[in-house]
Amino acid sequence: MSENSDNYWKENVRLVLKLLAIWFIASFGMGILFVDWLNQFQFFGFPFGFWMAQQGAIYVFVVLIFVYVFKMNKLDKKFGVDEEEMMDEGSE
Amino acid sequence: MDTQTLTYIIVGITFALYIGIAIWAKAGTTDDFYVAGHHVPPLANGMATAADWMSAASFISMAGLISFMGRDGAMYLMGWTGGYVLLALLLAPYLRKFGQFTVPDFVGDRYYSDAARTVAVICALFVSFTYVAGQMRGVGIVFSRFLEVDIMTGVLIGMSIVFFYAVLGGMKGITYTQVAQYCVLIFAFMVPAIFISILMTGNPVPQLGFGAELADGSGYLLDKLDGISTELGFGEYTAGNKSTIDMFCIVAALMVGTAGLPHVIVRFFTVPKVSDARLSAGYALVLIAILYTTAPAVASFARLNLIDTVSNAEYQATPEWFKNWEAIDLIAWRDKNGDGKIQYTAGNAFEGKPDFRDEGKGASGERLLRNENGPSDNELYIDQDIMVLANPEIADLPNWVVALVVAGGLAAALSTAAGLLLVISTSVAHDLFKKMLLPNITDKQELMFARMAVAIAVLIAGYFGINPPGFVAQVVAFAFGLAASTFFPIILMGIFYKRMNKEGAISGMLTGLVFTSLYIIYFKFINPDASNGENWWFGVSPEGAGTIGMALNFVVAYVVSQFTNAPPKDVQDMIERIRVPRG
Repeated sequence: MSENSDNYWKENVRLVLKLLAIWFIASFGMGILFVDWLNQFQFFGFPFGFWMAQQGAIYVFVVLIFVYVFKMNKLDKKFGVDEEEMMDEGSE
Repeated sequence: MDTQTLTYIIVGITFALYIGIAIWAKAGTTDDFYVAGHHVPPLANGMATAADWMSAASFISMAGLISFMGRDGAMYLMGWTGGYVLLALLLAPYLRKFGQFTVPDFVGDRYYSDAARTVAVICALFVSFTYVAGQMRGVGIVFSRFLEVDIMTGVLIGMSIVFFYAVLGGMKGITYTQVAQYCVLIFAFMVPAIFISILMTGNPVPQLGFGAELADGSGYLLDKLDGISTELGFGEYTAGNKSTIDMFCIVAALMVGTAGLPHVIVRFFTVPKVSDARLSAGYALVLIAILYTTAPAVASFARLNLIDTVSNAEYQATPEWFKNWEAIDLIAWRDKNGDGKIQYTAGNAFEGKPDFRDEGKGASGERLLRNENGPSDNELYIDQDIMVLANPEIADLPNWVVALVVAGGLAAALSTAAGLLLVISTSVAHDLFKKMLLPNITDKQELMFARMAVAIAVLIAGYFGINPPGFVAQVVAFAFGLAASTFFPIILMGIFYKRMNKEGAISGMLTGLVFTSLYIIYFKFINPDASNGENWWFGVSPEGAGTIGMALNFVVAYVVSQFTNAPPKDVQDMIERIRVPRG
């Protein structure tokens, strides 16, 4: 593996691990492990733990994927491994 | 116009639309047929993925399940959305770069082994057939309740539609039909939810209305629901019943299973570029989240409405929908204390599913049951599958909303069925025939095989729809457990761990497969009486078995790979290639 793609891969893995940590905390952490404790806080009309489990975690998932898309596109450019324009898009 | 005429019109229009799209998107090559020529734009792929993913279970059953489970229902909400994060971050971009047609393709090439490919084909077929059976049952329920045809005619109509656009258009036809089906199903889900939210709380956004104060001034909706549920003995709606470890494992199995399901993964083979694969996973999740964040709101509205309507109501004064659902066996009531009123409390009213074999009527005109009484004073049985379909009627919404919900339920079931049928046909025509049995066939012949395989798969699925095996609900746990314990770990290690070899992958996959199957078969079929917290390993129910299977798969694969040879040079080069988008 060339040094460039090696570094690209390492940064990629680091980004993914960071995002997965947030994914874990929002769902397994706040929605399951600490849900009863969080329920003592009121969040609009919801007990907070209940809200995280049935609503909040899903919103966090959506944001995570878009952050990933944005950061990866930047990373691709930084290491010069982004895709050239494909010419056969929608040719029909 | 009455509901039935309206339903025929709306369902008819949507079916005509699907057929029109199929004719427009006819497939010419195997590339078109398997992966829509890699030409699908990311937003369209996101919509198709969402429709493919949201099945009859998501549309028809999920809100009902949550309604009866309260907070624990979150396991479906988190489990069936969180997997998309894993898909987007860990699998989709790399599999798209790999650039073949199927999951068994990847497994076979990455692990340079036809044995690995074969295990993957078997798992893919099993998972897909399990799922299809459930969709066809959904189609049957909807048709028999709302169009008043028998289940068989309903399934036959559904089959012919799917047959037409799947055989003709393959992935290309299916993708663009799914785009239309997404629009139909999300509209159909949201309209009644918004109506009911306005009626109950005055807030048009169900996600907010669910936490708002009730319009009649009786305080916060969730507080009232907690109070009323406790009063009837169900326990607080916002508190959980399942143990933390069990919730944890079930959610993990559903998430990882989602990321390992072949009909979901294959959608990411259809976009033009790696960056499009990432983006379309994001679009897919947004579009899915619209329904998944609305469903828990619908669940709590429906729960409160239902209790208000039936609790202590006179049977003779119940609204028409109550008797309609009773007529098709999905609601049952026995007047245990002879007061003519419905007592609805916690616990099972009867042993097992209602058995209406006796034709007689009771004192209030209710259908008589043969079942033994259950242990509680509860008199009412309600099938949780009816909540979404009955909701507009329970809330007294206009006819056209009811008709719309029917069209939405059909769209959800048909779109998922089509996606699964395609996986089945690809597995047979491509993985089995082209890659293993008859490597010399031409593209044209392979395309013909693929079309025949879809046709046969439609017939088998239809058979299961007409004669639903009693175990459909149980085998869903199976589908997710298997996807989680076989596909996900070996695909993940195939991308992220270069040293992983054929011996490790095959032994890992087999360990996951055998463990998960035995655990589920033992507790679901051989000894269901023992299926409780005391006998489960670490307190994990069969629904969460995939999580343990997955962990075993990882460990076994790693250990075995340390004692066997590294994969050959060309495979290592391939891994390096799929890790970067360019080239």
